[in-house]
Amino acid sequence: MSLSDLFSRRRKEAADSDTGASASDAPVHPTKVLARFVASLSARTQPVLLDLGPVVGSNVSFFGEQLGCKIIVEDLSKDIDRHVREGKLDDLPAALSKRFPHESASIDGILCWDVFDYLDKNSAKKLAEQLTRILRPEGVLLAFFVTAEPQPGARPEYTRHIVIDPNHLQHRPYAAARGKQRPMPNRDIQRMFEDLRITEQFLLKSNLREVLFRKPAEAPPSSPPAAR
Amino acid sequence: MWKRDEAVKPTSGQPASPAPVVSTPSASPSAAPQPESRRIERDMVNIGKSVVIKGELNGSEDLTIEGQVEGKIELKDHVLTIGPNGKIKAQVFAKAVIVLGEVNGNVTASEKVDIRDGGSVDGDIIAPRVAIAEGAHFRGSVDMQRKGGQPAAKETPKAASQPAPQAQAQPQAAAH
Repeated sequence: MSLSDLFSRRRKEAADSDTGASASDAPVHPTKVLARFVASLSARTQPVLLDLGPVVGSNVSFFGEQLGCKIIVEDLSKDIDRHVREGKLDDLPAALSKRFPHESASIDGILCWDVFDYLDKNSAKKLAEQLTRILRPEGVLLAFFVTAEPQPGARPEYTRHIVIDPNHLQHRPYAAARGKQRPMPNRDIQRMFEDLRITEQFLLKSNLREVLFRKPAEAPPSSPPAAR
Repeated sequence: MWKRDEAVKPTSGQPASPAPVVSTPSASPSAAPQPESRRIERDMVNIGKSVVIKGELNGSEDLTIEGQVEGKIELKDHVLTIGPNGKIKAQVFAKAVIVLGEVNGNVTASEKVDIRDGGSVDGDIIAPRVAIAEGAHFRGSVDMQRKGGQPAAKETPKAASQPAPQAQAQPQAAAH
């Protein structure tokens, strides 16, 4: 099967998985970093992928069937909604600190999508710490950050990111209990992930900053200087 | 093969029968060909919504559960359907699992797991094919292991991601 056949099949599958006309009408956006993320994962055997967005059947097929990933779905939007509903947003940083029972350095790739846009600074910091901990050396983390101020009065909504192919994502909005927060300055993003290296960064026309982080390989044990 | 799913749908859509109905696999090979779906319906066992089972459930027929099951379900070569009223707290092993209700536990299928709109799975899934509808709930992991090796289209993403990062490409260019 040719590459184009495979991607056209994926487009069809994505369309088939839609539940309504509004879903299939959702806009498709180009993405620059997803292909790099995919390339990093495909270089590993049976990589473990952590998806922090809502579960998307076609994404599971894409990463599971085509890349052979083991996929762990941890939809953080539900955690955020629950804290908003219960009026316990102050507890969110602590909850995120305990949210990931995974072993340290056990995950090859993390799809954060735009989850950081919905978090306050403290929560975002705690989440970043946990993700850095569970990411394997040479593992990759994909995150999107909005760069435009949220529009006042706009209905809060999350976005489902549907992989159409490694260069295109469909954005399907759905209702949220909390809107996007103020955009995070670039230096804050860098500080938040200070233990990771930014390998790719793109600012798209849609005001979306796409960032691909990579955890540096562990330094080899230092050998004693050779005796002369 | 997946026409079986179609046969299951009417069961879930019907108002649940008051008592557990166990239909025996008595499809007689008559001369007049019966519609496929009708024949399959006869081969299925239905556990009604008032039924609660605690323990181990084994079988060699397709099974639809509208009730509650706690423990372990094993239908190695058959299709298990968790109807919209079904609530499962169990480890599940089957050829194919269709979820319209709630499953709390790990699900292993030799062919496919299908979580339909409104279905919910909290647990880890192991199956070569997994379909999750948009209105479904899932929390856990998905392992689409394949018998005898690598995923079918492993080469695809590599081909798709051919544009290598410049940092890697430059030294190669410089070497020539």
